[in-house]
Order: sequence, then C-alpha cells, then structure tokens
Amino acid sequence: MSLLFEHYNYWVAIFLMMTGFYTVISRGNLVKQVVGLNIFQASVFIFYISLAYVDGGATPIVKEGVEVYANPLPHVLILTAIVVGIATTALGLALIVRIKEAYGTIEEDEIREADQRDGKDSDA
Amino acid sequence: MTRQPVLHVTAKFLIPLIMLFALYVQFHGEYSPGGGFQAGVIFGAGLILYGLVFGVEQAQRVLPLGVLRVLAALGVLLYGGVGMVSLLAGQEFLDYGALSADPVAGQHLGILLVELGVGITVTAVMVIIFYVFAGREKT
Amino acid sequence: MIDQHFLALLVVVPLLASPLCLLLPNGRLPWLLATAVAWVVFALAVFGVFRVYGDGPVSYWMGGWQPPWGIEYRLDALNALVVLIVAAIGAVVVPFAGRSVPAEVDGANIAGFYAAFLLALCGLLGIAVTGDVFNLFVFLEISSLASYTLISQGRNRRALVSAYQYLIFGTIGATFLLIGIGLLYAMTGTLNMADLARRLAEVEQTRTVFTGFAFIVVGAAIKLALFPLHLWLPNAYTHAPSVVSAFLAATATKVAVYVLLRFTFTVFGLEFSFGAAPLSLILATLAVAAILVGSVSAVTQNNVKRLLAYSSVAQIGYMVVAIAMVTALGLTAATLHLFNHALMKGALFLALGCVVYRMGGADMDSLRGLGRKMPLTMAAFVVAGLSLIGVPLTAGFISKWYLVLAAIELGWWPIVAVVLVGSLLAAIYIWRVVEVAYFREADDPARSEAPWSLLAPTWLLALANIYFGLDARLPVSLAESAASVMLGGAP
Repeated sequence: MSLLFEHYNYWVAIFLMMTGFYTVISRGNLVKQVVGLNIFQASVFIFYISLAYVDGGATPIVKEGVEVYANPLPHVLILTAIVVGIATTALGLALIVRIKEAYGTIEEDEIREADQRDGKDSDA
Repeated sequence: MTRQPVLHVTAKFLIPLIMLFALYVQFHGEYSPGGGFQAGVIFGAGLILYGLVFGVEQAQRVLPLGVLRVLAALGVLLYGGVGMVSLLAGQEFLDYGALSADPVAGQHLGILLVELGVGITVTAVMVIIFYVFAGREKT
Repeated sequence: MIDQHFLALLVVVPLLASPLCLLLPNGRLPWLLATAVAWVVFALAVFGVFRVYGDGPVSYWMGGWQPPWGIEYRLDALNALVVLIVAAIGAVVVPFAGRSVPAEVDGANIAGFYAAFLLALCGLLGIAVTGDVFNLFVFLEISSLASYTLISQGRNRRALVSAYQYLIFGTIGATFLLIGIGLLYAMTGTLNMADLARRLAEVEQTRTVFTGFAFIVVGAAIKLALFPLHLWLPNAYTHAPSVVSAFLAATATKVAVYVLLRFTFTVFGLEFSFGAAPLSLILATLAVAAILVGSVSAVTQNNVKRLLAYSSVAQIGYMVVAIAMVTALGLTAATLHLFNHALMKGALFLALGCVVYRMGGADMDSLRGLGRKMPLTMAAFVVAGLSLIGVPLTAGFISKWYLVLAAIELGWWPIVAVVLVGSLLAAIYIWRVVEVAYFREADDPARSEAPWSLLAPTWLLALANIYFGLDARLPVSLAESAASVMLGGAP
C-alpha cells in the first residue's frame, strides 16, 4: 500500500502517460492523435515538476527566514520542454489543416484509401 | 460580425490590463517568477483576445502579419546579438558580465535584454499562429 | 577569437542566420546566405577537427558558467567526426539546393525553407557538440521540428502525411528521451554528461537507472530508425524535396546513432550498457532484422527514392550490429560506416535529385533510358551505388571490410553471412535501377543532362566515395580515435 500512496505523483504521471500513448496509437483521427500526444507530453512535465518538490520547501525565490527551497531547475527545464511542446502541437495542427485541404479528411484510414486510389503514379 | 456591445466593452477594458500585466511579468523576470516566455504568451493572449472579439481582419489591420514576421525574427536576433556582444568583448557566448564594467549590472542588463528578445519573439509567434489558423479560408 | 569560440559559433552562426533568412525576400538571397553559412560552418568544423587531433578535447562554457552548473559544449574525437559529417554534407547540399529547391518547393516558401534548413543544421550540430543531456534534447527537438517542416514542403500531398507521421513518431521518441533524462536527473541531480557518468557509477544497480536507460535507448532507436521503429523513415525520405532527402539521409540518422553511442558509452559506460543490461544481444538481433528486412523491401520498391530509403534502414543495421560488438574493431567499423554511408547516400539522393529536376519523378518508369539521356548523372549514381554494395576501391568496401573483420574476430559467423547477403541484395536493387536506366529505351531519347550546378555537388560526393575507397587513412584514423574514446582511452 505504501508503494501506492507514497509515490502517488508517479502513479498520476504513469496513468496520464499511458492514457496519452494509448490515444496516439489507437485513434485514427489526426486531431485526437495530437491531443493524445499532448497528454503524453504533459505527463512528463508533471513528472519533472513533482521531482522538484522538496518536503517543506518554499517557492524558490530568495526570502529572509527561509531555509529550504524547492528545486527550481526542473521548472526551468520544463518551461523549455513546454515551449517545445507548443511548437510541436502548432506544427502538427498546421500539418493537419494542410492535410484536410489536400485530402478533404483527417481520418487516417480515409487518407490511406485516397493514397491507394492514386496508385503508384503519384509516388514521386 | 454582429455587434456584441458587452463583449466589445469588456474586451476594451480587459486588453490594456492584460498587456500591462504582461509588461509587469516581463520586466520583473530577473527577480521574481516571470520572464520573456510567460510575458510573451500573456501579451499575445491580449492581442488574440482583440482578434477574437473584433475579428481577425481588424486585428491584421492593427498588426499586419508582415510586421509580426519581422518582429519574430528580430527577437531572436536580439537574443543572439547580446550573446555576440559578450563574445566580441572577449567573454564566453552569453556571458552577460561582459556587457557592463560592473559584472552584476552586466548580468541584470543581459537578462533584461535577452528576456525582451524572448518576449518579442513569443508574442509575435503566438499571434502569427493565431492569424494563420483563424485566417485560413474554409474549404 | 575563432580559436576560443569556434565551438559556440558552430551552433550560433546557423541559429542566427535562420531568422535573418526569414527577413530576406523570397528569391536567391536566402539561398546565398544559407550557402555562406554552410561553408562557414564547414570551415569551423574542419578547424575543430584539427584542434581536437592536435591538442585533445575542447571544452566551452556557455555564458561562462562552470560545468556541471552551466551548459558545457565539448568536442572530442567521437563528436568531431559527427560534426565534420554534418557540416560537410551541409556545405555540399546547399549549393545543390540553388537550382533544385525552386523547382520543387512553392516559391512563396523559399525564405522559410532556408530558415528551416539552417535550423535543422543548427540542431544537428548542437546535438553533436553539447555536453549537457537536456540541451541535447532541446537541440534534438529543434532539428526534428525543422525536419518535419522541410519534409512537408514536398510537392506531393503525401509529403504532408509523411511529415505528420514523422512528427508523431519523432515526438514520442524525443519524449522517451526526456523521460529517461528525467529519471537520471532524479537519481544524480546533474545533467552534465561527464558528471552524470561519474555519479551514475554509484547508483547504477537501481531500477530507476535501468528504466531510464531503457527509455533513452528506445527513444534513440526511434530517432535512428532502428527496425522495427523505422516505419516513419521510408515515407519521409520518399516525399521530401530531393535536397531534404539527401541532407537528412546523410546526417539525421547519423546524429541519432551518435546519440545512442554517447549515452551508452560515455554516460552509462560500457560495463553498464553491455554488461548489466543485455543491450548487445538486443541490438544485434534488431540490426540483423533491419539489414534483411530493409534490403528485401528495397528490392521490391518501384520508386527509387523509396528504394534508397529502405536501403538506409538496412545500412543503419550495419552500424548498429557493429556497435553491438563492443570491440575496438567493431566500433571503428561503426563510425567508419557512419562517415562512408553519409557519402554514398548523399551522392545517391543528389543524383536522384538531378533526375527529379529533369524528369519530375523518381519512379522506375521515369528512369528508363536515362543512361543515355543523362549520362553524367547516372554515372554518379552507379559510382555511389557500387559504394553502397561494397565493391572494392570504393568507400563502402572499406567499412564493410572492417565490419567483416570485426565479426570474424569475435567469431560471429552468422553476422558475416548476413553482411554478405545484405550486399548481395544491395547489388540486386542497384542493378534494377541500372538495368532500367541503361537497357531500356526512353520515350524521348534526346540528351538532357542536368545543369552543372546540380552535377558538381553530386559528383563531388561520388568522387569522395572513390577517393576514400582508395585512400582511407583519414576516415580510418578518425574512426579509430573515436572508437578509443568510446572504449575509455585517450582521444
């Protein structure tokens, strides 16, 4: 039981991670895949942030009378990772918009059918 | 777009506050939580709110896409420029201590300038992303 | 100035040139800037290689912060070779882009195209030079995001879907890497590679470190397209603009191989990676599967670009199987093949770029009779193809020779057989192209050779294949010192 409760932050991260990963793999809709990818990434962010917590630690801003601070480094790292995540999401959605314009659909199986209909001629 | 007086008045009231808050976050980044990225996103949010309420065409008249493109590039160049200045002053790349005779003042100045670059780029990129998605013709 | 800062400049110059490109009008100016930058970067890389071989490893403290607190850039014999490959291919490929890109990319996106290209270059170089694992993740994402953008610029609408698939795969791979880095940070509290290596030794036998190791290896395996995680690669290389295919095929997977090497040898150390964890067996098995599946798939392809892409999957198998040997000779073979494969795949994809420029496509049909229509292009293709097969007097032979020697040294006879079968299959798929080009009649047999601005870079790489096949002293000595760095010797 202690394994379950003492490290509950890891369980949350793992649950979110698997949810996101499963969504990416199982869904045929491209937007849903991007949503899944976002959940997947967010789980890693939460994992990092929960690493930074120090028992009884204060916000890492220098203040008089405070001895123990939380570790600020993971926050900084994750800020960078969030920026990367935003860029990935924006690029993914931009590609989806272009795919929708080119194919008229954002369902993976319909795109595959359209490609097969084109045959090998357009395989350039 | 149909006239939405409640939205228009509220937005006109809120947008300056959002922008002011963004500037606060921007220029307190060296001492307290804040900095260019957060400030850029908040400032961008103000502009995006304007675009949502008054229409993308109106927003583009205020802040054209071309201007934003230039701003996005200039922000990165400002960041890199600060690095190059410290490099030319004989220090390592991005060693802000080289920016002023007093290393501590140099650090302050360096962080402010770099964060300003980040803020400009992030604001511009956020609004560009909004324009590009919202302004796309329906097919 | 250059002497002190070349490591930072290697990354900063393309990074700052990229927004400058965005400010320039579409047309020839962005290309000129990109060319200048690629050559400057190449000069810096050559300088760096000389420095490392002259005076040993070079370290640069970003912002003057001392490692392990600050970000350290570090160049030793291993990454000097990778930097040289990336910079050299960049310097050859950008001049080629001058004619090829306007023909294949929408004119309104030219400035953006070169901006993304420079970012990709910056990211790949950054991965190679950084000594900080989180910084490595950031550069990996910079180069990946730029590559997705570049691939999506292909004329065919399938380019979009390929770029999207690559984005999903690549992001999962990079996030795996991020999880692994986080677990290592949780155990050691440091991100600097050298510092990590020291501190990991104390906590090595914990489940957390094993988990982190697994995440990092799988993440790197996705990025280097190790079978069965290679599914993104054939589509991406097939539908990207020719220049992008050539650049990415020659550099991106090589840099990912470097990431794998850096983590397994420098950060975790070979006793952990190949002793405590059964990495050797896993890598060897997957690599053999990659060689066989990749080669067989290549034989059945109708589009030559896709054929070469599957061949890349197989060639990555050769590198990985050589890494799995964990001997000095095996690692030399792996790094040597890193170098030689960049030369041959670069030349092959550039030759195909010439074909696409004239014929508008790269399927077998449009190659009919090209032996007479575009003799110089096809001759370059044949030279690089021979190198890919591993015919003596070409660069490909040298790396296969070392690979076979390393396998014999260990008594891994099945690997020797697999290498021979792989080469045989390579001979078959290259022959298919040669047959179509030289022994089928074209509809319109008039001679229409590609312009010299496309031929010159192609032939430069093709001749490099012959030169380094005749005189392999340079790459072999580079590869040998890289191998000794990995095995813990002095560079």
